[in-house]
Amino acid sequence: MTPATPSSPFAEPEMSESSATVARARDREDTDRWSYYLDPDFYRHLADVARSWSDDWPPADPLVRSECEAVLAREARLIDEARFNEWLELFTDRCLYWVPITPGGGDPRTEVSHSFDDRRRMTDRVYWLRTGLAFCQIPQSRTRRMITNVEVLDEPSGDRRRVRSNFVVHEFRAGVARSYPGWYGHLLERHDGDWRIAVKQVNLLDSEHGHENLTIIF
Amino acid sequence: MAVSRVRVPGSPSIEIEELVRADRVHRLVYTDPEIFAAEMVKVFGQTWVYCAHDSEIPDPNDFRTGYLGLRPIIVCRERDGRVAVLFNRCTHRAATVCRLERGNAKSFQCPYHGWTFRNDGELIGVPWPDAYGEDFRRTELNLGRVPRVESYRGFIFATLNEDAPPLLDHLGPAAQLLDQWLDRTPAGTVTVRSAANRMVYRGNWKLAYDNAGDGYHPAFSHRSLLRLGERFGDSKDMVYFGRSPDEGPMYAQDLGNGHTFIDQRPSYDGVGSYWAQQRLQPGREAFEEHIRARYGADADRLLDLAVGGQMNINIFPNLLVIGNQIQVIEPMAVDRTQLTWHATTVDGLPDEINTLRMRTQEDFPSFGEPDDQANFEEAQRGLGVPEVEWVMMHRGLGVEGREKTDEAGVVTGPVTDEHPMRGYFREWTRLMSR
Repeated sequence: MTPATPSSPFAEPEMSESSATVARARDREDTDRWSYYLDPDFYRHLADVARSWSDDWPPADPLVRSECEAVLAREARLIDEARFNEWLELFTDRCLYWVPITPGGGDPRTEVSHSFDDRRRMTDRVYWLRTGLAFCQIPQSRTRRMITNVEVLDEPSGDRRRVRSNFVVHEFRAGVARSYPGWYGHLLERHDGDWRIAVKQVNLLDSEHGHENLTIIF
Repeated sequence: MAVSRVRVPGSPSIEIEELVRADRVHRLVYTDPEIFAAEMVKVFGQTWVYCAHDSEIPDPNDFRTGYLGLRPIIVCRERDGRVAVLFNRCTHRAATVCRLERGNAKSFQCPYHGWTFRNDGELIGVPWPDAYGEDFRRTELNLGRVPRVESYRGFIFATLNEDAPPLLDHLGPAAQLLDQWLDRTPAGTVTVRSAANRMVYRGNWKLAYDNAGDGYHPAFSHRSLLRLGERFGDSKDMVYFGRSPDEGPMYAQDLGNGHTFIDQRPSYDGVGSYWAQQRLQPGREAFEEHIRARYGADADRLLDLAVGGQMNINIFPNLLVIGNQIQVIEPMAVDRTQLTWHATTVDGLPDEINTLRMRTQEDFPSFGEPDDQANFEEAQRGLGVPEVEWVMMHRGLGVEGREKTDEAGVVTGPVTDEHPMRGYFREWTRLMSR
């Protein structure tokens, strides 16, 4: 049986009374290891999130915006410095790192993406980069990214924010320099006073076209 | 209908037979621009080439654009359901008449001067035709139409060679393997409408074809992927390549006419084993619970269908049916190639299985193919050494007891042997020497 479905797939699951169920639920909460949260409801909620990126938002409070910009700048720096374990810690336990192929996202239930990573797959990706055996990353890419045009939608509850921004990721590897322009959608959630990333949607300008060695983290 | 003639450029100054020997192939085959230009005419013009899948153009007047070698083409579903493959090249001043990847249109109007062609290629409109005089012969200015188009169970092929054997003869034993791949889901049909990974590498197109029939490389090229599969203790998909792969039950085949095959299925044992061995897809446990709750005893069979068929069916020169994907090799230049991985769903399977199929099909393009393409690029770089002329493909050749040939000419051998590569280079030589 499925666990009681939480109101938001990004929220923590409800705990059951029975101790056996509690043990199993605890196990399920280890989202580095198990992937119970990425269920059909998650996909439905994700479709709502993806749609909201194209809405017009009222201007955000400058303090709110600068708080979000700081989150994005920190995330950018951790990736660019290849501090991938720390990057993972910025995300919630029930997160998604999504790089669609179809512009705007398409429907991930019936379309493949460059990345559609739950928490375990994100840790896979970091683990894979660190095996020292991924020949496409020997030598390793150097990246540096610019993020601008940050807009924020502060949800009334106060514990969730949508952040939209433009980016250019510059990559240099094995004598070749490349640039990837696009836009991000970040869904942030407040956990224990910190803002963490629940959904990161990376929209490459040329997402459905040919790419060489698309193995960096965006 | 008039067919546009293709001018065959002069053969390269090098004799093709000198470049391919029983055990080796010359570096120029991968690096020489003249040979590449000849391949685009003699290989991609003279044998059956995969163009599109039926499900990409299901309705009358649907079309999709693509390439036949380097020739831009439009694959059109005509009103009567037949498929026309047209050169996407205005017969007036050469501009492409269709610039969309896919769509639905009864006719194409060239954006340059407005010449208009029906989707069977016929020229049906020329602005202000009076200026062409009374002897204007419109029928000679239809879009070039590829003379032979045939399909096999949804796979549409075309060739410029009017004397080519029927497609089914050309496919030979590969047709039965396609049957087996398709009949994994007898109740449903495979559809190609699920986006595609387009992966470009700086190397010759044949490096991808070499690799598709190569069971020698996974234990080394894919160590990062194998390590990933072992991350949680259990060994997953393809780890059997990591133990001495020749001692296992897998095998590789040279099917003739350039087609090759690797069978990984013998390493799987019974219903549920495909699912059990697959690396951990996002949402795996959530969806498995749903499927088991809803389908009970049938769940294992269904879950297996979220995983690839463990067959590499390589149809020379450009179609690779691997996993659940339909891969197409698209040469761009002698040292530049796009490998397009069309993801598939199956109409008739539960939605949850198709969603899991998406997550499975993202696995290899993320963690496997990039390492292959890194090796292709480094091979292309190595091929730049003029003093070391040969690429060796003689593993297993002449070694007692390794390879055997059946009465149909199919060569079967251990999975690490290079008979698939030797086999397709025979076909390549035949086509290039004509």
